[in-house]
Amino acid sequence: MSATYQLTHLGALEAEAVHIFREVAATAERPVLLFSGGKDSVVMLHLAAKAFWPAPIPFSVMHIDTGHNFDEVIEFRDATAEASGIDLIVASVQDDIDAGRSADETGPGATRNRLQTATLLRAIGEHRFDAVFGGARRDEEKARAKERIFSFRDRHGQWDPRKQRPELWQLYNGRHLPGEHFRVFPLSNWTELDIWQYIAAEDIALPSIYYAHRRMVIPRDGMLMAATRFIDLLDDEEPFESLVRFRTVGDATCTGCVNSAAADANAVVLEIATTRTTERGATRGDDRISESGMEDRKKEGYF
Amino acid sequence: MSQLLRVATAGSVDDGKSTLIGRLLYDSKSIFEDQLEAVERTSRQRGGDSTDLALLTDGLRAEREQGITIDVAHRYFATDKRKFIIADTPGHEQYTRNMVTGASTADVALILVDARAGVLEQTRRHAFLASLLGIPHLVLCVNKMDLVDWSEARFEEVKSEFRDFAAKLDVHDLTFVPMSALDGDNVVHRSRAMAWYQGSSLLHHLEDVHIASDRNLIDARFPVQYVIRSGRSEYRDFRGYAGTVAGGVFKAGDEVLALPSGSSTRIKAVRGPGGEEVSEGFASSAVCMELDDDVDLGRGHMLVRPNNRPLVGSEIDAMVCWLTDDSALRAGNRYLLMHTTATTPADVVTLDYRLDVNTLHRDSPADSLALNAIGRVQLRTHRPLFFDPYRRNRVTGSFLLVDERSGATVAAGMITGPTPASTGAVWSSSRIERDQRTTRGATVWMTGLSASGKSTIAAELERLLVASGKPAYRLDGDNLRHGLNSDLTFSASDRAENVRRVGAVAELMADAGLVSIACLISPYRRDRDEVRRLHKAAGIPFFEVFVDTPIALCEKRDPKGMYAKARAGEIKGFTGVDDPYETPDHPDLVLHPGDGDCATQARKIMELLSA
Repeated sequence: MSATYQLTHLGALEAEAVHIFREVAATAERPVLLFSGGKDSVVMLHLAAKAFWPAPIPFSVMHIDTGHNFDEVIEFRDATAEASGIDLIVASVQDDIDAGRSADETGPGATRNRLQTATLLRAIGEHRFDAVFGGARRDEEKARAKERIFSFRDRHGQWDPRKQRPELWQLYNGRHLPGEHFRVFPLSNWTELDIWQYIAAEDIALPSIYYAHRRMVIPRDGMLMAATRFIDLLDDEEPFESLVRFRTVGDATCTGCVNSAAADANAVVLEIATTRTTERGATRGDDRISESGMEDRKKEGYF
Repeated sequence: MSQLLRVATAGSVDDGKSTLIGRLLYDSKSIFEDQLEAVERTSRQRGGDSTDLALLTDGLRAEREQGITIDVAHRYFATDKRKFIIADTPGHEQYTRNMVTGASTADVALILVDARAGVLEQTRRHAFLASLLGIPHLVLCVNKMDLVDWSEARFEEVKSEFRDFAAKLDVHDLTFVPMSALDGDNVVHRSRAMAWYQGSSLLHHLEDVHIASDRNLIDARFPVQYVIRSGRSEYRDFRGYAGTVAGGVFKAGDEVLALPSGSSTRIKAVRGPGGEEVSEGFASSAVCMELDDDVDLGRGHMLVRPNNRPLVGSEIDAMVCWLTDDSALRAGNRYLLMHTTATTPADVVTLDYRLDVNTLHRDSPADSLALNAIGRVQLRTHRPLFFDPYRRNRVTGSFLLVDERSGATVAAGMITGPTPASTGAVWSSSRIERDQRTTRGATVWMTGLSASGKSTIAAELERLLVASGKPAYRLDGDNLRHGLNSDLTFSASDRAENVRRVGAVAELMADAGLVSIACLISPYRRDRDEVRRLHKAAGIPFFEVFVDTPIALCEKRDPKGMYAKARAGEIKGFTGVDDPYETPDHPDLVLHPGDGDCATQARKIMELLSA
């Protein structure tokens, strides 16, 4: 009899995430959900909607816009916000550059990924957010494997691995002083495969570039970069057309794609289940900078 | 569909923990090429001639630079059967804090020992913490077997050494696996070098370990987390109580009681995430309940079943682990106490003792608890809590203490029960030692379905024992319900009380030198396990005998016509028909109908007693 009272692994992960969304909504003063239009944030939005049904999601969503996005993703972001009736805040890296608070990197490896941190911290301060939902997963990277679900950030938005709060049972302590805030990661225990299985099971819509399509690409640093207006070609680089899809979508200057014929979520599940490289290893240039790239950025206040 | 299993690791650094985790990931093909390349590169840079799998779990820059481990890391891997979350808890100095942080929700604890060194202080400490945290399954990984020539004798030595120690703890399911994490023997694949080992590899054990019955599905508990009111016109009057079920099962139509108001109502609908109506909400599912009436209910309140209430009160007896070096716990201090969805100020009334985690001795008097210390405290909360003892329910029995000013989490707590002083009863010691009595007693606990044949075997056992000169007495569940337990019904909570009372009487009689033969259906594993635990704590031998007769046969016998009545709907909550029977996980003896007549079966129990 008791055997029937069992959640599947996706059911258990969903229940845990829903519990976290409700906990924050009940205890934080001004939560916000980071939403980029990428698959993890789309799954987050889907889970948040389920957590509060039939009421609307009781917080805004915010995009830290580097200005170097794929057009398909921005279209998807705006259409999703429009359809769900949620308040979308766009905090733009370009504004910080224009105001002289940030400076663009230059050269062939230039990316605005690092610049997101300053814009994020500015937006958190301006809106006085005290809980910021992020879609980070512990399976992504070794610094993230050490991250808590409720991640304490000091007045400067910084992460100190030595000052993490112990996290036990289902008891999440989000108490903080004015100016401090929490990053909250409901997807901590999900893997890339879990995300895709959930997308397939729940029939969640994603930006089209997650699925196989033909586009002009350039091989660079062992990755396939999309030939976009944000990338300056080097002398010996010759773009060619290939059948590809994206495993992550971020800044177009540092997000690569992979050769793939997977045209729907079920096909992607099969592909991910047999792939031999991590999504970050395959397609994120920013993680290749140093062995501690992610850890250093987290300490500065990154997601 | 696969199931999620949460695993916590323990063991000191040199026992090969990182290598074991690396090996599990590698041999189960959960390592990605780019991760492996990074590890190979680092191994070469350090001058190693082979790939050091331990590097796979090396985390932060500060940890690599200083060779220390700062915190718990989480690792993920999957097989066709299950998904695994490993809380990789560092074995370094901050052992208690790290282990409780990583292990509070674990289904299984892996404790590593070096086969050469055997059971160390660290091993005992980790086993104790696993038992304190109520981790249901424990695996002792006897590692580095290659360095003791794959010796079966050495494995058996370590095994019995650990078993002796574990007997003092509250450990129900203990498994031993001899292995070499370095070579991969018995980690994912069975070892060729240890043909004498008949058990499973570690991974196969983790795939098969039965966890479905570890949660409390008896005591229905629903802490209200968040009240949902619709903002949409099509659900204008919607009011739902959202939360995660902390125990038991809730179905539409169930009568429920709201605490603290005490008002009762019925569940109109149970809805899963997204609003889909589900047939029931059960422990660990996130649901939203609609009720028949508007009752006074909000965050921090609890829905329960009227005939099965939690303990309610402000005087709490608990074990706490102190988690910070910024301050220390002392009597008279005030903290914020977070328990389920409720938060209330709480005062430390007394610190009864500090536990020496290495020897399990009680250091009293103790005046404070510093980082990593564990102690027993009496707390007084400013608002009453609705709670269960931790060993009965990990969700409603656990809490955090928070520093009011900084907001930091300073302690983790596990509720033992209400403050015992409130009963005013003191233990009165006897002047006779157990060894001074003429006979040594024991308890035989016979469990099984109605009409399984328990009473017949018990009567024969009683006759055999008395005939052989051993004083014995049969405590028959039906008979006791005429006297000692005539005030109890067959609800889950009254059944628990029935078992508790009979267990206490059996223990007293066994202490006096009799063999008590308790003969009760006792359908719930937790209730029986609690009796076993109390016997063990008192040092009295306890044998659980499971009379495993198929229900079809019991129903055919039906001497009292009970099954017929239950099937006709005249009796509600009848075990096996519309109420569950939970079979023992580790009975000392199982008797099947094919094992011979009742005299043969009774003699088997005699052998158990004289072994």
